[in-house]
Amino acid sequence: MKAKKKAEERLTLADYKQYIKARFEQTKRGIRKGKVAYLFIAPYYIIFALFYILPVAVSIYLGFTYFNILEPPKFIGWQNYVNLLFADDVFQIAIKNTLVFAILTGPIGYIASFIFAWLINELPRRIRAVMVVVFYAPSLSGQVFLVWNVVFSGDVYGYMNGLLMKLGIINTPILWLTTSTYITPVLVTVVLWTSMSTGFLSFVAGLKGIDRTMIEAGCVDGLKNRWQELWYIVLPSMKPQLMFGAVMTITSSFAIHDKLAALAGFPSVDYAAHTVVSHLLDYGSVRYEMGYASAIATILFLMMIFCNKAVQAMLRKVGA
Amino acid sequence: MKQRLLNKPRKKLKKRNLNRSLSGDITLFLVLFLMGLVMLLPIVIAVSNALKPLDELFVFPPRFIVRHPTFENFIDVFRIMADSWIPFSRYIFNTVFTTAIGVSGHVVLASLAAYAFAKHKVPFADGMFSLVVTALMFSGYVTQIPNYLTMKNLGWLDSYLALVVPALASPLGLFLMKQFMEQIPDSILESARMDGASEWYIFWNMVMPNVRPAWLTLIIFAFQDLWNATGSTYIYSEQLKTLPYALSQISAGTIARAGVSAAVSVLMMVVPVAVFIVTQSNIIETMSTSGIKE
Repeated sequence: MKAKKKAEERLTLADYKQYIKARFEQTKRGIRKGKVAYLFIAPYYIIFALFYILPVAVSIYLGFTYFNILEPPKFIGWQNYVNLLFADDVFQIAIKNTLVFAILTGPIGYIASFIFAWLINELPRRIRAVMVVVFYAPSLSGQVFLVWNVVFSGDVYGYMNGLLMKLGIINTPILWLTTSTYITPVLVTVVLWTSMSTGFLSFVAGLKGIDRTMIEAGCVDGLKNRWQELWYIVLPSMKPQLMFGAVMTITSSFAIHDKLAALAGFPSVDYAAHTVVSHLLDYGSVRYEMGYASAIATILFLMMIFCNKAVQAMLRKVGA
Repeated sequence: MKQRLLNKPRKKLKKRNLNRSLSGDITLFLVLFLMGLVMLLPIVIAVSNALKPLDELFVFPPRFIVRHPTFENFIDVFRIMADSWIPFSRYIFNTVFTTAIGVSGHVVLASLAAYAFAKHKVPFADGMFSLVVTALMFSGYVTQIPNYLTMKNLGWLDSYLALVVPALASPLGLFLMKQFMEQIPDSILESARMDGASEWYIFWNMVMPNVRPAWLTLIIFAFQDLWNATGSTYIYSEQLKTLPYALSQISAGTIARAGVSAAVSVLMMVVPVAVFIVTQSNIIETMSTSGIKE
């Protein structure tokens, strides 16, 4: 051990050069040998790079320009960001709304996905299959969330108003989707309803694959109830799926816009359902201020990546 | 097979009950059952609304379940379709065509790349794959503006290419496929190589038939995306527009269309839900390898 350490200390510049050269040769040989593999990767990766990687770089660049599509982009430094952060009141509302929606729907949707998957896992096979469809159907079925328009319709024919009036709790119908105080809770409900998505499927699958003998061994070692079993055995062995589910949840909860716009309108009353994505689309597709919109996109990108990395760091500690 | 089914699970069932109390079971499954009803309720309302005749749609207090079910709304959908100046079959064709091309192309391209990532450790492959995982961490909104410019420069605006090509390289598909393919033992592939099989032969005749659950999974995810794609950012010509776009136009109509709108969303929901029900066990099998490992 000690001898090895000493040998390392005595490495000279020439050794490093030789080492780097050797690595370089090795890489070159690897590339030559793997020609077929690169050919297999190429068709997918060219499209991927063009439509998923390059755009991020372009968006970061455009964020520093004034660009209206008609004229070539003009470099203006940090001006867009200065305007966004200090002069744009609506953007501050958008950031606040995005965080509120993400914090309310993300963790709750994530934990609920896991708990439901965990409970479903103990059902007999056929019932389990039915329950998976029941919970997954809302996020699977595209436009069907529009039915909430009928549930929370502002007239007496809306189900919620009808129910509350029949029970005598309210006398006049509530304008659920056009009163800024009600918009957030109503929309959070709708988003939560659609939050059993890809992550949920991953949880169902991961739980199904847990090695039963580990749980049996745990019982012998003195696990007393299902909650201990969950914390000490199930969660640690689900880590990869938990990571995957977290990525899917975070990405979609920061990108929240479609459902809000479809229900509360775009722009919404008092900007109550105006998120970062709404702001981005407002400047990108309505006003054609592409530079400004790109700055918003870059901020959105950083928010998503930062939150993903932070949550992954947290999840590494689960059960450890 | 039968032997296995008969013997194993019963033994496990007994042991599992060790940590379960009856009262706990009952409360938790009651919660699960109630939540299931809550999840189902809006879909029931949608179906019920789609079947309501006009006079039942506007009653106070509103009724959850339809009294006199009718297919009037569905017939109306088709009548409105027949009246539109672009024949409605065109919208259906557009969506079916882009979905079919996009989904099959995605499965082939993603599987090819996934095979190389999973089974050939070539230089830079790890870095390239981790970029794909990173791409799962941001949504399509981030890339929308540059993609629009790219489409414009390539002359792909107002064509199917704008809808289909980006969908071919969706990162989720490659990720799931690669994770699934890693399960295939290297020894089988190695012995085929010894026998002189080409990489293409190994991929197409040995790997692909073994990852059927994964390609069914890729199909359903890609299908969901393309089936629901309105494409309104890239496509202007009426005759190239997709079914979801046309249907959203129908449901954007006035109050009289409330039933029609419900019928539309039910029609659009039926296909993906049916596909999911049929492929469920395969999807769950694939998702068991979906974890992100460090």
